[in-house]
Amino acid sequence: MYRREPPVSMRAWPAALYNNLCVLSVPAPRLTQFALVHGPNVQLLSAASDGLPLFQRQLHAKEGAGLSFPLVTQAYWCVLPFRVLLVLTSQRGIQMYESDGSVMVYWHALDSGDAPPAQALFARGIAASGHYICVGTWSGRVLVFDVPAKGPNIVLSEELDEHRVPITDIAAEPAQGQDCVADMVTADDSGLLCVWKSGPEFKLLTRISGFGTPCPSVRLWQGTVAAGYGDGQIRIFEASSGALHVQINAHARGICALDLAPEAGKLLSGAEDSFVHIWKLSRNPDSGCIEVEHCHAECVTDTQVCGARFCDPRGSSFAVTGYDLAEILRYSCV
Amino acid sequence: MSVRSLPLLFLNLGGEMLYILDQRLRAQNIPADKARKDEWTEVDRKRVMNDIITTMFNKKFLEELFKPQELYSRKALRAIYDRLAHCSIMRLNQASMDKLYDLMTMAFKYQVLLCPRPKDVLLVTFNHLDSIKDFIRDSPAIMNQVDETFRQVIEVYGCLSAGEFHLIRQTLLIFFQDMHIRVSIFLKDKIQNSNGRFVLPISGPVPWGTEVPGLIRMFNDKGEEVKRVEFKHGGQYVRAQSEGSFDLYGDRVLTLGTNIYSVSRPVETHVSGASKNSALNTKESTAPNSLAKEELNFLARLMGGMEINKNSGPEPGFRLNLFTTDEEEEHAALTRPEELSYQVINIQAAQDQQRNEELSRIMGEFEVHDQPQQSTSKGDDLLAMMDEL
Repeated sequence: MYRREPPVSMRAWPAALYNNLCVLSVPAPRLTQFALVHGPNVQLLSAASDGLPLFQRQLHAKEGAGLSFPLVTQAYWCVLPFRVLLVLTSQRGIQMYESDGSVMVYWHALDSGDAPPAQALFARGIAASGHYICVGTWSGRVLVFDVPAKGPNIVLSEELDEHRVPITDIAAEPAQGQDCVADMVTADDSGLLCVWKSGPEFKLLTRISGFGTPCPSVRLWQGTVAAGYGDGQIRIFEASSGALHVQINAHARGICALDLAPEAGKLLSGAEDSFVHIWKLSRNPDSGCIEVEHCHAECVTDTQVCGARFCDPRGSSFAVTGYDLAEILRYSCV
Repeated sequence: MSVRSLPLLFLNLGGEMLYILDQRLRAQNIPADKARKDEWTEVDRKRVMNDIITTMFNKKFLEELFKPQELYSRKALRAIYDRLAHCSIMRLNQASMDKLYDLMTMAFKYQVLLCPRPKDVLLVTFNHLDSIKDFIRDSPAIMNQVDETFRQVIEVYGCLSAGEFHLIRQTLLIFFQDMHIRVSIFLKDKIQNSNGRFVLPISGPVPWGTEVPGLIRMFNDKGEEVKRVEFKHGGQYVRAQSEGSFDLYGDRVLTLGTNIYSVSRPVETHVSGASKNSALNTKESTAPNSLAKEELNFLARLMGGMEINKNSGPEPGFRLNLFTTDEEEEHAALTRPEELSYQVINIQAAQDQQRNEELSRIMGEFEVHDQPQQSTSKGDDLLAMMDEL
């Protein structure tokens, strides 16, 4: 059972975007940091357990020729082996900051290239795999950046060209040894998932075709892909083979956010139907198949959920944001 | 974000504007044989509706509108409706125009938010277009214009993917962000809470194509279903019975976007301000100049396509009041919170002389030159009439 904790109040209302909340736990003074997008800017705040915001900072999408106020599409903390970077994607490009947002260390402008006039340009979908940061774009291309242990010498090392429509989300997890090579998955607007092995050269392992419904959020856990779709379904696949193991009629509206607590195998889903659910994933010892059990349902009254994240790797607490809601709601296990 | 959202925004807000004006004009009109020259009659109402619809669906204007482009601010868009509302013999003062725009935007915000699937914003648009056709069913020429637009909407949006509709919805919701005006007809219907946020139902039909939540199905390596577990979702949903028609004619099934006003359910005059959480420091307010430049270009492009019938000549403009009394209207003008001010003039209050002139030129045509000063104005006695009802 989860109980509501004091919320963190904000000065801005989160935009109705996919995965519009990122959480970074800072163990030393027991702080939790939150990042969320509000139109052309990003709010960063950290809060102690009593919910009082201690630190707030606002970052803006970098401007450029044309549009005066490009909108931010996502903010995400990339935890790399030696450093943590905060990555912002917008209509203009990709901004990488030191984790507290104080210094921008890298900027990559989007190339409009041969985009048709009716095409919206943006980057969206951020993940860190090893010392690589992967960012999705409007064209379906995934940009892979090689990040050094320190300093601003970030290099665009590869472009993955499997998707044909805009990327929605990217997930990665540390490789689990020999038998489990899949460590990154990319999702797009048509629901297509691509499973990758990261490295100096990324290798495509499987394509899991979609059903025309977008896949706004995807997670990876022990060789298992969890995908949340625009029609409220959650599907769980074997990453290496692409085989469907579980299909859940989970939500009455589109899913906007999924998260996984790696130490407990708990899955969190948030959707526009104003519900947040917690699921438990496990592997059947006999068949080796993934099974799912429903653990908890939480109704966030009159709120279209746009972000939901666990606040610790055991999944004993989580935070939720909603469109037009000037608070980050927090829940923890009792 | 989506460069396809402006036409939907314009048509739906326009539809809401027509609902409100129609209801207010009906409530205030007087049988022709009894009306003095300065009083609203049924003939006047029809003329205003026809003039506005003709301007709204002007071919050149719509050509500009349907070009792929970004959405601009609520202020910029308001200038267009300001002009539209004044393209006929009707005149609205600042407070009534503010209120009209508030009602329109909150209504469409509600419709976008409650749309079952992002794609269903098309059905909302069709509901508005169906009603607009009803307003002008006696005028085949205007009807053709509307049908032409109808076909264009179907042509442009019919082939978009679900992902593109998600982006359109996100773009529209960003446009409506930070807007929490309480509208009494919504409060009364219990679809809006006193904090300005809308009520989201957790019962009733799920969107077309969506399964009722509550079932987990598990499969083995061969893809055979091996286990089924039900779970308690927390909502009370049922399956959707049918999908609305995306054709020129047909049953839309969805009621969002239909006319919620009627003589027995008048446009409520009470609009209260946003919840007091406006310490918002958006970039829009810190850098008004560069914003104004882009928006001016946008306005110039669009309004250049709007043909205004300037033959209203010596006729006095008829005044329409969106409030119950003049006092209320004056009070609203004085007490409107700063952050809700739409005064377009504010955008370009800066030094730029040339820009000032440009805006004046663009806006000039709908400035109320012949605002009735004399007491013979039609609007004046309407209020007295209202009191007698």
